[in-house]
Amino acid sequence: MLYYQSLEFAEPNLSLDSDDLQRRFYLRSRQLHPDRFARASNAEQQAALEASSVLNDAYRTLRNPVLRAEYFLKHHGFDIGEQRSKDVAPDLLEEVFELNMALEELKMGDESVREQIDHARGRFEHLRQGIDQQLEELFGRYDRQPEPGLLVGIRGLLNRRRYISNLIETATMAPSTDKS
Amino acid sequence: MSTFQIDFGSAKKPRILGIDLGTTNSLGAYMGLTGPQIVPGADQQNLVPSVVYFAEDGSTVVGFPAVEKLKTDPARTVYSAKRLMGKGLADVRTELPLLSYGVDEAKSASVVHLAIGVTPPEVGARVLKQIKDNAEAHLGEEITQAVVTVPAYFNDAQRQATKDAGRIAGLEILRLVNEPTAAALAYGLDKRNQGIIAVYDFGGGTFDISILKLHDGIFEVLATNGDTHLGGDDIDQLLLRVALEDIQSEWQLDLSSDVVAVQSLRRAVIDAKHELSTKPFVNLEFAWQGRRYQRELTRGVFDQLIAPIVNRTLEPCRACLKDAGVTVEQIDEVVLVGGSTRIPLVRSAVENLFRARPHTELNPDEVVALGAAVQAGILAGEVTDALLLDVTPLSLGIETMGGVVSKLIHRNSTIPASATEQFTTAVDGQRNVLIHVLQGERELVKDCRSLARFDLKDIDPVPAGLARIEVKFMIDANGILNVSAKDIRTGKQQSVEVKPSYGLTDDQVEAMILESIEKAEADFNERQVREARVEADAILAATDKAKANDAWLDLSDEERSAVNDAVNQLLLVYHSDQHSLILEKIEALNQATMSLAENMMNTAVRGALKGTKI
Repeated sequence: MLYYQSLEFAEPNLSLDSDDLQRRFYLRSRQLHPDRFARASNAEQQAALEASSVLNDAYRTLRNPVLRAEYFLKHHGFDIGEQRSKDVAPDLLEEVFELNMALEELKMGDESVREQIDHARGRFEHLRQGIDQQLEELFGRYDRQPEPGLLVGIRGLLNRRRYISNLIETATMAPSTDKS
Repeated sequence: MSTFQIDFGSAKKPRILGIDLGTTNSLGAYMGLTGPQIVPGADQQNLVPSVVYFAEDGSTVVGFPAVEKLKTDPARTVYSAKRLMGKGLADVRTELPLLSYGVDEAKSASVVHLAIGVTPPEVGARVLKQIKDNAEAHLGEEITQAVVTVPAYFNDAQRQATKDAGRIAGLEILRLVNEPTAAALAYGLDKRNQGIIAVYDFGGGTFDISILKLHDGIFEVLATNGDTHLGGDDIDQLLLRVALEDIQSEWQLDLSSDVVAVQSLRRAVIDAKHELSTKPFVNLEFAWQGRRYQRELTRGVFDQLIAPIVNRTLEPCRACLKDAGVTVEQIDEVVLVGGSTRIPLVRSAVENLFRARPHTELNPDEVVALGAAVQAGILAGEVTDALLLDVTPLSLGIETMGGVVSKLIHRNSTIPASATEQFTTAVDGQRNVLIHVLQGERELVKDCRSLARFDLKDIDPVPAGLARIEVKFMIDANGILNVSAKDIRTGKQQSVEVKPSYGLTDDQVEAMILESIEKAEADFNERQVREARVEADAILAATDKAKANDAWLDLSDEERSAVNDAVNQLLLVYHSDQHSLILEKIEALNQATMSLAENMMNTAVRGALKGTKI
């Protein structure tokens, strides 16, 4: 996988240590950045531009566990990104319905529901943290024993995470009457 | 076997100049043996005011002498041109009433054209040229390459316009560096080797905030934000308006349409602003047609007046912290850059926000130029431990169906950054695909800034939807977009024609370069003519003096008339603009006076022998 190669990983792991990643990024930047080739030939300058843009892209993607997993899945033949918020998680249906009701009421000017919305957001954030922990665990298991079934599980978690993130964003973007 | 060591490094490489091209002042710096050094100006003043006077005859005056011209000929004296860089008429409409020079509205749709017939990049070029000349005079070597700083929040068109200014000035701009990042470089070289730094850059015309992570010589910008239309200029303008209103109520006279009076009052309020940075109050004085206006301005009132402007800098700071993913508590150091950070209210606002005492050890007017010199040193290979990893300040996207922008490269992405996108045709045999590229954070095309339209030309005529053109969008280390395209089916490079929405076309820049070369030739020719006339003056004066000498009478009639002839010939060509003609006649006079000079020598010798005074 190109991004892992760019950062000189011997093998592409799903679990990465962020300090190690940063160390690799800085080291490779010192080698590849166009500043190092300011007086080189046009061809070398062009190559440096290409290589460092890939490197920057790689670092941006791999340091974020979600983007990293999506990149990884894509390279294993999974279709990522199309199942937006359509797949409502059945266990969340009731809570989503209540959140939407509360948001409607807030829009009508009922400030009393704000507490309820904040509470819902807190709960969704808690759920997301749980997913992140589960992802970390699955990453580790796959790195030790790469069974394709684990990737299916990871994809499921990613979809659920995306759905919950949308809910958190909706709750956060609730029309504010300036609480600050 | 013996080995030979050849030190290719010993061949002297040309120096790269660092230049801070500011809204109000500009400054050059270079990498010396002990670190970055400021380029001194010819008049012992280092700062070069970014002011250019364009005389009727096409000649120009740059810097302090041009500032003087603001008082006498404001319509031909251009200041704050950086605020117009890379902009069209619609962008600058609100600024027009504030400028003492006019804009040619008919020509200014995509590039502002000043009424005196120049564009902002040409004004910038004059300032860059002045600094180049100063550096060449100081260092005694030719300078052809430079690193130039720009506000971090400059968009593509503004960056391109700055590069154009360099080309017109005869400077190859090897790198555009963001001003706050340059300041961090100047500060960070020998300071801490790890930490998170906020750079608050409040200059004459722009405001930038950048948050960087420092790690063993790597300067990684985490996020940047700002306002390219907020600076000390706005404070000047506010004070000017208040003073004009005050004068009107006192004198029952509206001076606002009198450009000369306004310029002189502007100078007075700027001086007052500067003084208020160190004094608790100041006397604002203004004289006009025998009348005197005087008003005491306390710092308290001044602070009240400018508070809204200062507060406008705080929201970008908060947004930048959020984008960088750091909290106020994580900021280890705050660096202040730009003249406006001398204002005590600005300092206390920054202190309150970041809860840290800001760094002010380096002169805020010089720190950006010093950082540009460090970056020049990095490019030249003289500085090897430091490396700058900067970001693009604005997201880049393309127009899709329904006037919606699809983001390809997000803001605060480390540059160089690239994205590829596939395009196809909608109609059988379609030969062209037009891609509209925009910059900005909003969702709709109408709310983003159009960057350019790229025309994919000469596509193989195939049924609709069959063509596969892969377009690569690359933001280089200068923050400037480059686009290339490939036909995936044939593997051939696809031709792309760029139609920038704002800014000069390549042809226009070429024409300006040619013009500046012609100007340079004209300047050179004029200097030669002047030198020839000085020589002519000398020989004419000497001949006149010799005619009073006894030796003149010792000449034959022919010799005397030959000399008179030669004098007349020289006087005839004296005002010619061909220096060679003047030199030719000088030589002729030289020949004609040869025996006169000999006679004078002999007379002198005889006189000396006799012991008499000549």
